[in-house]
Amino acid sequence: MGNRKQGTKNTWQEQAKNTARGVRLRVLDHTVKNNGGYLSQACSAAEILSVLYEHVMCLGPSEGAMVPVPFAGVPRQGMPQYQTGALYNGPKNPEYDRFIMSPVHYALVLYALLVEVGRMAEEGLELFNQDGSTVEMIGAEHSPGHEVTAGSLGQALSQAGGIAYARKRKKEKGRVWVFMSDGEFQSGQTWEALQALSFHKLDNIGIYVDVNSQQCDGAMVDVMNVEPLEHRIKFFGARVHRVNGHDVDALSCLKDEKPDGRPQVVLAITNPCQGISLLEKRRPKLHYVRFKDENEQKEYKNYLNQMQNSTDT
Amino acid sequence: MEICSKIHSKNLVKWAKDKPEVFVLSADLTSSTEVDLFRDTYPDRFLSMGMAEQNMMSFAGGMAREGLFPFVHTFGVFIYRRALDQVSMSIAYPNLPVRMFGFLPGIMTPGGATHQAIDDIAIMRTLPNMTVLEVGDATEVETILAPAHAVDGPVYVRMLRGDLPRIFPKKEPFVLNKARLIKKGKDVTLFSSGICTEEALRATEVLARRGVEIEHVHVSTLKPFSDPQILASIEKASHGVITMENHTILGGLGTCVSEVMTRVGMNKKLVKLGLKDTYAHGASRNYLMREYGLDAMALVVSIEQLMGKTFKIKEEDLSSVRLEMVHSESKAEAL
Repeated sequence: MGNRKQGTKNTWQEQAKNTARGVRLRVLDHTVKNNGGYLSQACSAAEILSVLYEHVMCLGPSEGAMVPVPFAGVPRQGMPQYQTGALYNGPKNPEYDRFIMSPVHYALVLYALLVEVGRMAEEGLELFNQDGSTVEMIGAEHSPGHEVTAGSLGQALSQAGGIAYARKRKKEKGRVWVFMSDGEFQSGQTWEALQALSFHKLDNIGIYVDVNSQQCDGAMVDVMNVEPLEHRIKFFGARVHRVNGHDVDALSCLKDEKPDGRPQVVLAITNPCQGISLLEKRRPKLHYVRFKDENEQKEYKNYLNQMQNSTDT
Repeated sequence: MEICSKIHSKNLVKWAKDKPEVFVLSADLTSSTEVDLFRDTYPDRFLSMGMAEQNMMSFAGGMAREGLFPFVHTFGVFIYRRALDQVSMSIAYPNLPVRMFGFLPGIMTPGGATHQAIDDIAIMRTLPNMTVLEVGDATEVETILAPAHAVDGPVYVRMLRGDLPRIFPKKEPFVLNKARLIKKGKDVTLFSSGICTEEALRATEVLARRGVEIEHVHVSTLKPFSDPQILASIEKASHGVITMENHTILGGLGTCVSEVMTRVGMNKKLVKLGLKDTYAHGASRNYLMREYGLDAMALVVSIEQLMGKTFKIKEEDLSSVRLEMVHSESKAEAL
């Protein structure tokens, strides 16, 4: 898995699909080995993140170590050696885009993606949730691919707003991309952020929302409804595109959109069991997979083997 | 004593003139926090964020990441109560240079419990990376911008507005982590902060005439709290130490002083004047200072108790005190 076909010229669509498949395989493999993981997030978000990294975003080459450095302390005065996880998204040049990960419970998915797109070594994924490693279970800003500390959900969009405002002021060409989960639209701060993005005309920001309709307690409709999300966001002044979140062409809709003064939102409608249909049996609780017993673990291992074989052919 | 009006309003505009990287963020309290003149002078550097403080704090963090310097202005309660998680995770954790100006400290507003920042120092002090400052007069309001802006990290300033006395001479500006030794004495050591320093001066004047020697120190940096002056003054007190603050007695100046005393094993009495683990209510400043024991008479009573004496001081004796500007005693020595 994860081998980029050297020498052959793939279309970006093929490449993105391969990457998405690789992300699912890596996260499933990790889950089977560790008897636990954020597996449904890989299923729902694989194409979104792949399209962002493979096609939509304009990022420079990674500046992060292929095998992530150990945790060296939190940011504080007189600590110039602090390493931000944003290094993995390339230099902060004016012409380059930024990527802001908001639901950092998807960290495992992002790490798997960084391996797939060649920004992190496979060994990096083995450091996941290991003591002293920056490849933390819930990403912070020292974690590969992460620029802000967003674990208290609903704060990243506001932070991205401040970043987008500053970049606009500095007349930087690069845009700011935010990946969000639909659960974050239950939080008041998300709506405060949207109203501010609209009010300050921050059209250099693009938001991809994984609308998998799932959250920690179960299905969102049973926990706290946010629908009709499309209308709600529109009424807050953003441009909204509602697309199939597993269709790479549809997901690329923001690539060449011209800014018109409004922030842009892609509502990517996804299936939290996409590509790993075995997960369907676990509904409605999909937030975190921990196997009930050895039999279930074996079942997933077999499923993984089948997937690997079908990928290799 | 000279009374100055709307010091911050004019001073911020003057100070920020040649600092294009300084931005002001306001949450619908623009004239209430004296940044209306800034808004009118530099509209391009003023961001109206509406009544949405959680977004404002995180947004400010984002701006600071990109090299801009957000000067957030609102009432203190809306910074540390309403948006504490945002201040902690979007600003303090990444050690970003956001300058937060929290107005209406303690009982400085008739707006009642919802508007009175009675525990802001206690809470902001516990955030790693945070610097906590408090102003006590016109000179400190006027001179706090440069030292606050020099800090490599977030700063919370407990701010005053409107008519302010000038207690300290203009040429003795606010200095980070430097307490002001107002008066030397060996009987009792008094640490006061914010508006309590002016109030304390009424009592110390009268007590001095009765022969009480008070070591009076004005504190305007609550974090860091490592000025050697603090310990030196504690050591001199023969009867005990008193702290006087416009804040709850839990976690503020009194707690800072007690931490210094316990660290060095200093076995002395400590009397903490302040809100005694209670919310306040909407009323005038003078009324509330008397009600909650933050006034000059409360200080007199505490000193009498510590020294085991009575000085027969009446309210009229205290209110008739004509306050003069105080020059720092430590200044000559420091040379």
